[in-house]
Amino acid sequence: MGLFILRRAGVMLITALCLTFIVFFLANLYPNLEKLAKTQGNFRMSEEEVATWLGNRGYTQPLFVKYGEWLGVVPGAVIEGTDGQIRGRCIRDGMTPQEAPDYCGILQGDWGTSTVFQDNVGGIISTRLGLTGKLMFWVMVLMVPSALLLGVLAGMREGSRTDRTLSTVAITTTATPEYVSGVILIAVFASSAVGLKWFKGTATSAMENATFENFFLPVLTISLYGMGYIARMTRASMAEVMTAQYIRTARLKGVSFPNIVVKHALRNALIAPFTVIMLQFPWLLNGVVIVETLFNYKGFGWTLVAAASNNDIELLLGVSVVSVFVVLVTQLISDIGYVYLNPRISVS
Amino acid sequence: MEPLSWFEIITRVLWQFIPVWIALIAVFVVSIRYKRRLGLYGKLFDSTIGMIGFALVMFWVFTGIFGAMDLIVTHDALSQVSGMKNEPPGTPLMRAEDGQYPYYLFGGDNLARDVFSRMIKGAWVVVQIAPLATIFAFMVGITLGLPAGFYGGRLDTFLSFLANLILAFPVILLFYLLVTPEIVATGIPNYMAVVLFIFPIVFIAVLLNSRYRTQPRIRTPLLIGVLGILGWLYLSLISESGSKVSVIPDFLDLFNVPGGILVVFVSVVFVNSPTVFRIVRGLALDIKTRDYVAAAQTRGEGAWYIMLWEILPNARGPLIVDLCLRIGYTTILLGTLGFFGLGLPPESPDWGTTINDGRRLLQIYLHPALVPALSLLSMVLGLNLLADGLREETLRD
Amino acid sequence: MTDSYDGPILEIESLSISFFTRLRDIPAVMDFSVKVMPGEAVGLVGESGCGKSTVALGVMRDLGKNGHIVGGSIKFKGQDLGAMSQDQLRSIRGSEIAMIYQEPMASLNPAMKVGKQLMEVPMIHRGSSEKEAHARALQVVKDVKLPDPKRILDAYPHQLSGGQQQRIVIAMALMAEPSLLILDEPTTALDVTVEASVVDLVKELGKKYGTSMLFISHNLGLVLETCDRICVMYSGEAVERGSITDVFDEMKHPYTQALFRSIPLPGADKNARPLRAIPGNFPLPHERPPGCNFGPRCDYFEAGRCDATEIPMTDVPGQDRHATRCLRFQEIDWHAPLGTDVQTTRSEPGDVVLKMDNLKKYYEVAANALFGKRGDTKVVKANETLSFEARESETLAIVGESGCGKSTFAKVLMGLETATDGQILLDNRNIESTSIQDRATQTIADVQMVFQNPFDTLNPSMGVGRQIIRALEVFGIGNSEGERRQRMLELLDLVKLPREFAERMPRQLSGGQKQRVGIARAFAGNARIVVADEPVSALDVSVQAAVTDLLMEIQREQKTTLLFISHDLSIVRYLSDRVLVMYLGHVVELGTTEQVFAPPYHPYTEALLSAVPIADTRVQKRHIVLEGDIPSAMDPPSGCPFQTRCRWKSRVPGHLCEQEVPPMRQMENGHQIKCHLSDRELAEMEPVIQIAAE
Repeated sequence: MGLFILRRAGVMLITALCLTFIVFFLANLYPNLEKLAKTQGNFRMSEEEVATWLGNRGYTQPLFVKYGEWLGVVPGAVIEGTDGQIRGRCIRDGMTPQEAPDYCGILQGDWGTSTVFQDNVGGIISTRLGLTGKLMFWVMVLMVPSALLLGVLAGMREGSRTDRTLSTVAITTTATPEYVSGVILIAVFASSAVGLKWFKGTATSAMENATFENFFLPVLTISLYGMGYIARMTRASMAEVMTAQYIRTARLKGVSFPNIVVKHALRNALIAPFTVIMLQFPWLLNGVVIVETLFNYKGFGWTLVAAASNNDIELLLGVSVVSVFVVLVTQLISDIGYVYLNPRISVS
Repeated sequence: MEPLSWFEIITRVLWQFIPVWIALIAVFVVSIRYKRRLGLYGKLFDSTIGMIGFALVMFWVFTGIFGAMDLIVTHDALSQVSGMKNEPPGTPLMRAEDGQYPYYLFGGDNLARDVFSRMIKGAWVVVQIAPLATIFAFMVGITLGLPAGFYGGRLDTFLSFLANLILAFPVILLFYLLVTPEIVATGIPNYMAVVLFIFPIVFIAVLLNSRYRTQPRIRTPLLIGVLGILGWLYLSLISESGSKVSVIPDFLDLFNVPGGILVVFVSVVFVNSPTVFRIVRGLALDIKTRDYVAAAQTRGEGAWYIMLWEILPNARGPLIVDLCLRIGYTTILLGTLGFFGLGLPPESPDWGTTINDGRRLLQIYLHPALVPALSLLSMVLGLNLLADGLREETLRD
Repeated sequence: MTDSYDGPILEIESLSISFFTRLRDIPAVMDFSVKVMPGEAVGLVGESGCGKSTVALGVMRDLGKNGHIVGGSIKFKGQDLGAMSQDQLRSIRGSEIAMIYQEPMASLNPAMKVGKQLMEVPMIHRGSSEKEAHARALQVVKDVKLPDPKRILDAYPHQLSGGQQQRIVIAMALMAEPSLLILDEPTTALDVTVEASVVDLVKELGKKYGTSMLFISHNLGLVLETCDRICVMYSGEAVERGSITDVFDEMKHPYTQALFRSIPLPGADKNARPLRAIPGNFPLPHERPPGCNFGPRCDYFEAGRCDATEIPMTDVPGQDRHATRCLRFQEIDWHAPLGTDVQTTRSEPGDVVLKMDNLKKYYEVAANALFGKRGDTKVVKANETLSFEARESETLAIVGESGCGKSTFAKVLMGLETATDGQILLDNRNIESTSIQDRATQTIADVQMVFQNPFDTLNPSMGVGRQIIRALEVFGIGNSEGERRQRMLELLDLVKLPREFAERMPRQLSGGQKQRVGIARAFAGNARIVVADEPVSALDVSVQAAVTDLLMEIQREQKTTLLFISHDLSIVRYLSDRVLVMYLGHVVELGTTEQVFAPPYHPYTEALLSAVPIADTRVQKRHIVLEGDIPSAMDPPSGCPFQTRCRWKSRVPGHLCEQEVPPMRQMENGHQIKCHLSDRELAEMEPVIQIAAE
């Protein structure tokens, strides 16, 4: 088992390196840098001015060197600019070049500085991640049990009226992306014009103080989309298990229907949805971005949008590292859980 | 004039859709009459769910097509009419000119454009891009997934790693990185188009070659002809004067795809292909153990013949079902792009962009966002129901 | 339930079961009656689709959503099962009536430990405590003769072998000591030698617990060995029922007779006494003929009488509860000799076409496919020093159970794999290391294969004619599409299929018809060597005979060398000229059919002969039951591959069997045996099968 995790972790590391490099490459393309220079410096800079501005700040170094610096395996560049000022990657404000450390990358725990928020990237991400964590926690609490319940109820008697009704509900929610369900939910429950006015249409206040009133709609919006998907998976898996011969064996052994479902079918039926739930994370991240934008909840997804639309390279990289990491860790958990749930795969 | 009542609005809307109703009824009558002779498509008409799904999908397809022919729309989707800003559904125009439709059936948006007409025009954007992009993604996924599943080994490890790499990318991050004017300026989408769009040609070439390998007299002219035409289409598609990829002179260039659309198209294909790859790979792994594959091997068939003529046709059931689901998913992705204002021009009538425009004033004015939201919902729902109906019917025998 | 009840355990009275589908109602069982007395074993025999499993599920009242009992009654110990509530049924299922199915792996819950699944039964029905249930489970697992019961109770099903799993299923059925045990093809998924031991166990336990049994099988031989009475079913109806001896020796229904004539019994011979296939096809449930269902295929059919009315079950006078569904049973001369059968002359084998010389095929596999690290491999010896010759127009049978390496051998011969060592000579040319991509078209066309599973052998999405034409294209036969089409039609004629079939899709064909197309495809390039990998084992008995005869006929005409891979010794004895017996990659015996089927035997051949059930009451077999399962090819025993199960091992001095692989011993007339036993002991062996003098 240890070896297995080690191997998976190795693959994960390679994947993470590849992905961050791709992000790094795309964010450091010249048109992007040019835009950065103009937003940071001033909009009327000429071509040459842009080039000098970038050169002075080390943006024109070869890509791999820059990537190495960002990772913290290559010493941070110290450049004496054409304007005579000495700037270095690792030289922070109010620091002399001598005081600055040689290496300052992810490995040293230095995530760089956000150009938009003028703050430490590490700090921004941890606060935002905390806010999103709160959102995700409630999403999970709402989504997973209801999806599994829905799926199991529908799948245990395939083709029954309950099944048809619940399946239609599940299909409808999977056909409703967050930006549609969010709009509809706001229209029905929060609109000041015609709605029921039960909840609030924005979740900004929930960042400080989450209440049912200001937090339920965003949580519901994210949950709905994923819920239908997981419920359909669970239903399919449950329906398949219920036709398996060992269920017939159990039935002809005299086991009662509720016991068949709980003792014999459930564990086998949950193997597939479990992996699905875990692999849903990249999806949920999508939902988070949309919902946080829609409800103006300044969490991780909102930060991603802010970083990407302003080409805030360091922040964008930080966000990518975290999201890629989250996705890969959930994949690992999904693999391990699959092995644990499915005794047919033995681990020596 | 008085604003229209809800009843009048509904009647007038239904009336506007007359060409769609006629087309829908025609399709259903013909299909149901000949359903026993139409294979899997015909069987769809045995399932209520499948029929509802099919009707919803075809409704939007016909709406898109007739809308593009300016049949259903009441106003120009881009023109603004003064005094109609954020007006509720059924509001009459202040100064209707002759021949101008006197009402905004679904009201006006925040730029005083007709919501109803924008919805219809938006359908055309989706109906054009979503199926085509999905089919391209399938070509890529199939061309790579079949050998990965069939050969296994290092090739499989490598391709699966690549697929997982793309899958591990949060889609929105990818879109934000790829679909920006800056990236379009670097030509990366064009280069990706060069790579991605070659797959259909490879696919068709291998398909024909493996089939007619034993008869060179048929094969050679056939291949030259088909590849010639496809090659020309391919070059026209990827080449665009003024962009980074401009390989053929303008007079040979059949059509130009605007950079914004191309980048959207490429990204959607790129995001969808790995999932298709995984499905095809799994199916190939399963089907390659069948005896008829062994039989083909023992008569010395080439690997590509086996993959394309023995394995692929027998994987068609699950693939068709997934195609429907995936077109729905692509529609959602297009909407997501529009929602973040990526790729498509800001005045584009597509549903995602319209929802994005409308959501700013959502607390006060519902209709500009609600109409495209419900349209998108019904279209994706239709595709999902259709897929469900097809799945049930393919499992039946 | 009173224990003093002494009437029939199960009494089914004119039962009818129908399935309701979207298109039509399909009657699956009609007017079916049977009685099972206490302690009695009744066999239910018929071909697939005849409704025998539906009867079993009807008894369990577990017909699914679409199935309904539309007439008749099922009484269990005098109580009508049809009138019972779900709760009452539940208390009977598992405690009074238990069922055992075909696929042991599928009938056990993969995510639950074996012990827990067993313990459930007494805990539900007797309210036993966990401890009592565990003790009971341990006891029953001992009863089904599983080694190390404690470990087994703590294992998951996938950790057991197929034979062990089936024993667990049997144990589970016996947990509550039921009065009636229903066995639905309980051994079909098992190897012959394992099947023999499981059948033995069922018989023994049935006696020990005094359980009545309803034994469903397609195998007449198996029913003969296990049952007291038999009921033959055809197309949803019981056509004949009676005691085993009455039905086997004095059958009174044409279908039963035809069935017996189509199975290869000892004494049948492909030249002198060929099998007689039943003409025509099994009727589909909604296309049954009026009157007698068997009418259109019956030799004794009388128009206007047999197809006039429904035919009732009639008692045969003077015999114990023997009844038949035939109007003419008293008019037919049941002992008339088989009529004008074409007798063919034995074709003489020609030159050596194919020669194997010390062929070896080893695989390297990762020790643990999922979690092992690279370089951590294990060598599987799939074929070990395989040597033999095959001549023109000769049938060489390759016999063995799963894991014996016969499929690997076929792959190497076909060129799908290359040999590790040794040679394969085709017309004195070496082909052992030429993979199929590098073989000349003629070589590929010369060596072709017929596959086992008819439902898998044809590409489901390509027309029948198209598939044969494709083979012709690849083999370079015919200069135009028209010529190939003509040749394809001739091939359909050759395999006796109507020419219209060219336009059909494979799903419109029955199993036997598909297998014929597979044969046509194999002979498309005038193959000289055809490897037939269990070509008939998945077919129904009556179809088997027809397909076998077709193969023989084509072989005679085309002077083909046929390598017939099979585990079924009856059919091997019937059609092969020479036999090669394989066990765990080794050839353990090789000789002419007469030599292999008569002593001296290799100990494995001896056990195999004893294990194969024979549907003939005259046959007396010596009873040899092998202990345990076939070892895994991944982890073969040291020395002689068969030493772990050999009953003769003690006769060889000095643990020689565990240390050395025996040499191939040359017996008289080219008969070869791979064994350490001395000549004297081999000579002392007695024949396994003897036919009692009439």
